[in-house]
Amino acid sequence: MVKLTIDDIPVEVPKGTTILQAARLIGGDVTPPAMCYYSKLKTSGGYCRTCIVKVEQGSEKDPRPIPKPVASCRTEVAEGMVVRNITSPENLEARAGVVELLLVNHPLDCPVCDQAGECHLQDLAYENGKEETRFEFERREFDPIDIGDKIKLHMNRCIMCFRCVKVADQITDGRCHGVINRGDAAEISTYIEKAIDNDFSGNVIDVCPVGALTDRTFRFKSRVWYTKPVDAHRDCDKCCGKVRLWNQGEEVLRVTARKDQWGEVMDNEDGSTAWICNECRFDKKHINDWTVEGPSEINRHSVISANHYDTLRNIKLDTLRMLGGKPHGEKVDLGIGALDPNNQHKQ
Amino acid sequence: MSRKLLLKNDHVPGIATLKTYKENGGYTTMEKALKTMSPDALLEEVKTSGLRGRGGAGFPTGMKWSFLAKPEGVPRYLVVNADESEPGTFKDRYLMERIPHLLIEGMVISSFTLGANSAYIYIRGEYFYVSRILEQAIDEAYAAGLLGKNILGTGYDLDIYVQVGAGAYICGEETALLESLEGKRGNPRIKPPFPAIAGLYGCPTVVNNVETIAALVPIIELGGAEYAKIGIGRSTGTKLISASGHINKPGVYEIELGLPVEEFIYSEEYCGGIKGGRKMKAVVAGGSSVPILPTELILKTAAGEPRLMSYESLGEGGFVSGTMLGSGGFIVMDEDTSIVKNLYTFSRFYHHESCGQCSPCREGTGWMEKILHKILEGKGTLKDIDLLWDIQSKIEGKTICPLGEAAAWPVAAAIRHFRPEFEAYVTNPESIKDVKHYYRLNPTV
Ligand SMILES: Cc1cc2nc3c(=O)[nH]c(=O)nc-3n(C[C@H](O)[C@H](O)[C@H](O)COP(=O)(O)O)c2cc1C
Ligand code: SF4
Ligand code: SF4
Ligand code: FES
Repeated sequence: MVKLTIDDIPVEVPKGTTILQAARLIGGDVTPPAMCYYSKLKTSGGYCRTCIVKVEQGSEKDPRPIPKPVASCRTEVAEGMVVRNITSPENLEARAGVVELLLVNHPLDCPVCDQAGECHLQDLAYENGKEETRFEFERREFDPIDIGDKIKLHMNRCIMCFRCVKVADQITDGRCHGVINRGDAAEISTYIEKAIDNDFSGNVIDVCPVGALTDRTFRFKSRVWYTKPVDAHRDCDKCCGKVRLWNQGEEVLRVTARKDQWGEVMDNEDGSTAWICNECRFDKKHINDWTVEGPSEINRHSVISANHYDTLRNIKLDTLRMLGGKPHGEKVDLGIGALDPNNQHKQ
Repeated sequence: MSRKLLLKNDHVPGIATLKTYKENGGYTTMEKALKTMSPDALLEEVKTSGLRGRGGAGFPTGMKWSFLAKPEGVPRYLVVNADESEPGTFKDRYLMERIPHLLIEGMVISSFTLGANSAYIYIRGEYFYVSRILEQAIDEAYAAGLLGKNILGTGYDLDIYVQVGAGAYICGEETALLESLEGKRGNPRIKPPFPAIAGLYGCPTVVNNVETIAALVPIIELGGAEYAKIGIGRSTGTKLISASGHINKPGVYEIELGLPVEEFIYSEEYCGGIKGGRKMKAVVAGGSSVPILPTELILKTAAGEPRLMSYESLGEGGFVSGTMLGSGGFIVMDEDTSIVKNLYTFSRFYHHESCGQCSPCREGTGWMEKILHKILEGKGTLKDIDLLWDIQSKIEGKTICPLGEAAAWPVAAAIRHFRPEFEAYVTNPESIKDVKHYYRLNPTV
């Protein structure tokens, strides 16, 4: 085991753990935001630089500081390491810089974006961003692309986190989804707009931290904060069949995988990741297709849902009533802290 | 005349052929190394020589080689970085074009030292004609038993492959180079692991610049200790300098490290002074990414010492008043040069060449270019100068590979040393109308 401190909080983790994982164990505000790292995807992380931290002391053996900010998601802990995230104003300033740069070409089209309300970039900007943009030039523009009949790609919103590329690489077979071009002209592309024709391709939607990859079957149907999430399952011969339904009344508007407090798809009991298949995601849109387990714990909460704390709680209670059920164990935990945007990782 | 080690025979007619190269002593050092020395002894010579990487970072080569992992049953590779895309740098081209066998001889010695049986030359796409010269030299070497199986009857095998890139600056970054060599998109890898542990195809790999590997020949010929006597302090040996800009004699020069900058610029042996007798304004001493320095700081350090062509002396004063030797791309600008226009050219280049993997470089390089363009159009404001400064500081040190820094440093240095010129552009665009373009579209002019 390796002992280190993050923002003066001691933590002990197995060798080989990254600083980010160690910080997630502590939880709360000291956990750096991670836009590209995804613990379920190999080789993810290192790209967005939002998770940067300051390493004030490299290790007990070599106490020198690391001269540059490090990507906490790709840097392993060392015995006696001293890490600073929110207790270093310099680090917060550097992160604010990264966030500003991430936003210079972003269209800020949240009002017409299906991701609004559950977008990690919105949260990030809310917590670390500046109020005004200093970018006064035309933003980079791409045409929206249909990746098959179920997935929409809005490249304008993409932050180049590479998660979808890794899903295509690691979860689906036949890789034809990748990056073309270079620099700020780089874009996510499928081989000549060919549909990703695979039972698991829909998972790119769940890993996308922004509204760049969205579900065409849910397109413009509702704002997410007007839908009621419930956990449900069905017997599926392709995937685990454990999903989250986003309902309005009796209607299932959208099906996604279940996500944890870090916005990542949860694990199954056997430790595998609960990716869901396209049939569950796109074709099972009737409540009778599913066995409903109960309301979902909303672990991630967005700027918008935080501002609608009451509404959200009412939605939760509504959902419960609709299901005629009781709170499902500990899952209905809607402590006010959970919805405080300044408290994002506290749960 | 200073001592020539790499280019001593560059003007011998036919030196690109094996016959002439051998007549001038070629391949005797390699024979000595393979037949009389052990890899460990060779590595010691490299360490003693004090040789530092000639590709830009100046990392001690012997130390880098000693990091190479040597797991049982796993191949090791030597990769020669001939991507040479740093604006202002053209020395590797000259060396490969003129004396290709020097590189090959250096590669055999290096590969033998490292225990590699395959070595690669990754050469930039625009140098396709140089790749033919190399291929031809390699063919000759194979035919003469200097490459391939059982070289010179020593039992040592080595194959050399030439891979032509597609003309991306980023593929000069060693891990992007390895990706490209593997046939993938040339994106820099996230380090660690470093190539010495997991490089080409995941195997331990050493990546070195062309000139670094070529320097192995004189080092083993003279002995490390003798080589270390050449040069000054920790800057040992000789260095190829690509001299360009407003000088009378642009070209590739081999200098002994420690030569005074002033002598390099003004002596007849080297640059021959500023063209048309004009005054010098500034110098970019080590390729486009190193900080530009105004005349007073390139000729003398802030402490008033004469500035020398060495890693230490050029670095004296840090980035406040110093710069870097870098790749040795020495660009001289005369008094008519517009620093703002020059910076725009550089920034446009880095924007174009960013691979786009990490947010600060992908988004920041384009933004800086746009602001500089706005300033050049006469639409800039004083605030834009501060904004440029701020953006470069947000890129520097926060990226996956050093291209971010390479894009940030020139901006920082130009503003640091030439702020009044930027201010003139925004407050009185008319006043700078007569500044001539130093950047001409036709490179032969
Ligand atoms: C963007 C970028 C471009 C580079 N281009 C080159 C190049 O063209 N040639 C080169 O030798 N090194 C280049 N380098 C440096 C290499 O990454 C590496 O440090 C070098 O090849 C090591 O060789 P050396 O130790 O012999 O200098 C570049 C680095 C960066 C970050
Ligand atoms: S489309 Fe989404 S998941 Fe893919 S790289 Fe862009 S932001 Fe990341
Ligand atoms: S610094 Fe620039 S070139 Fe280097 S990895 Fe990042 S985006 Fe690519
Ligand atoms: S989450 Fe660490 S760099 Fe993106």
